[in-house]
Amino acid sequence: MPPESVALAQPATKPTDRTAARARAVRNRTLLVQGCRLLVLAAVLGLWEWFARTGVIDPFNFSMPSRIWDQIWTWTAHGTAQGPLGAQIWATLYEALYGWVIGVAAGVLLGIALGRVRFLADVFGPYVKILNAMPRIVLAPIFLIWFGLGPASKIASAVVLVFFPVFFNAFQGAREVDRNLVANARILGASDRRVTFQVVIPSATSWIFTSLHISFGFALIGAIVGEYIGATEGIGLLVANSQGTLNSAGVYAAMVILAVVALAAEGLLTLVEKRLFRWKPVQPGAER
Amino acid sequence: MTHHTSPAIELRGAGKAFRTPSGALHTAVRELDLTVERGEFVAVVGPTGCGKSTTLTLVSGLEEPTEGEVLVGGEPVRGIGGDVGFVFQQDAVFPWRTVLSNVMAGPRFRGVAKTEARERARDWLARVGLSAFEDRYPHQLSGGQRKRVALAATFVNDPSILLMDEPFSALDVQTRALMSDQLLELWAGTGSSVVFVTHDLEESIALADKVVVMTAGPATVKEVFTIDLPRPRKVEEVRLEPRFVEIYREIWSSLGEEVRITRERGTADAA
Repeated sequence: MPPESVALAQPATKPTDRTAARARAVRNRTLLVQGCRLLVLAAVLGLWEWFARTGVIDPFNFSMPSRIWDQIWTWTAHGTAQGPLGAQIWATLYEALYGWVIGVAAGVLLGIALGRVRFLADVFGPYVKILNAMPRIVLAPIFLIWFGLGPASKIASAVVLVFFPVFFNAFQGAREVDRNLVANARILGASDRRVTFQVVIPSATSWIFTSLHISFGFALIGAIVGEYIGATEGIGLLVANSQGTLNSAGVYAAMVILAVVALAAEGLLTLVEKRLFRWKPVQPGAER
Repeated sequence: MTHHTSPAIELRGAGKAFRTPSGALHTAVRELDLTVERGEFVAVVGPTGCGKSTTLTLVSGLEEPTEGEVLVGGEPVRGIGGDVGFVFQQDAVFPWRTVLSNVMAGPRFRGVAKTEARERARDWLARVGLSAFEDRYPHQLSGGQRKRVALAATFVNDPSILLMDEPFSALDVQTRALMSDQLLELWAGTGSSVVFVTHDLEESIALADKVVVMTAGPATVKEVFTIDLPRPRKVEEVRLEPRFVEIYREIWSSLGEEVRITRERGTADAA
């Protein structure tokens, strides 16, 4: 056998070996990461439980995971003092969603309008800044006085929290549209209206979507704080009542439920985003 | 009618000055006199950053001259005209539209019905050889393919004036030669007048009927050379001809001086 053929045969088998090894390494790493994640969770919950049971921390104030779990279970199985748990979650979700939709719609509309029309931006700019500088959460008690104990006051606080981040992102997005794209559209024959709808809005959507993620969290905060101050139902009221009866497990349980709700909403939003941004290249490292 | 006898583009003492952010007045171009006949391919060469692109924005109506006059088809330019096409240096295709939808954009913006716009777009995509890619998004294409999309999107509007701002400068040398040939082919059938801005002298001679040399900034026309090379041309073959080399040497003696001035200024700024 001539020596060349030996040399040729080797690289033919090697790459497949290497690909398999690489795939194995990736799989192992994923397993390792997920294993460690579970371990961290178990360690934190375990230590918490252990400290609470041995009296290192006061279980009355700090509660413990088993009690929190029991509380969630009781609420799920037998309902809360204010009615079934599902109704409480739905009440909060309803207020948050309602407020979020209004806040997002207003934020996007005004953001794009002010981003596109210089005159409007010059007139309203300072007022928007002043309103944004206010700690808007203090408006919640005022909304309670205006709109009463029902959902309207919570929706209002969610709206004021959601509006500003969405507005600023839409405004920035409309401002930072690639000038070449606008020039190109105009040369191709687009009217001002067309430029707004077919160039400015599509290129601002990635900006707007960034704000949608955080703003849903804000909507939940608005709804919860509103409920906490005064309501007839909702998770915020659950927190307030648990606190009132010195039931710390109840406060934590409400928090856990909220976190699950927020994560589910976030997941839904990501799904919509993926569908909407098919035109975008997948960024390396963005997949987790 | 003056409309048909007048040249395609005429610049009469046109100038453009910008207000810089610091408040100073920056003159990009001054005292520009230039005539582009109907169906003529004019290349504008000059040192980097001398204000060549500004000339195009004045003709396109994207910017107004601060001095003098710019006439297209014998009429002063007021805003963006309907029969102007513009190919930009950077990618200006819409990233959220598919290839087909990008090429349809122009006719759609101009109120052409969807089915007709699609037909015309498909026709031009076939001419630039991208029929198989009509459902792709721009990020899935190579730089050369994106440029072809831009060409198709411009030609589909059937512009009588075609303005090109260093359109192929971001491409590699081979793709560039390919695109230049394709441009000549596409243009040959249209009878449109072209102003092609570049800093590459070889490219300008290979493509144009007339090469305009600009001075170092603030730019104005220094000299105009007529290129008497026969058409149809293949850019990679034509540059080997003795006449091409002769013309190149002649124009470079004019352009080289301006390039040197710009370079000296650059080193002076850096010092």
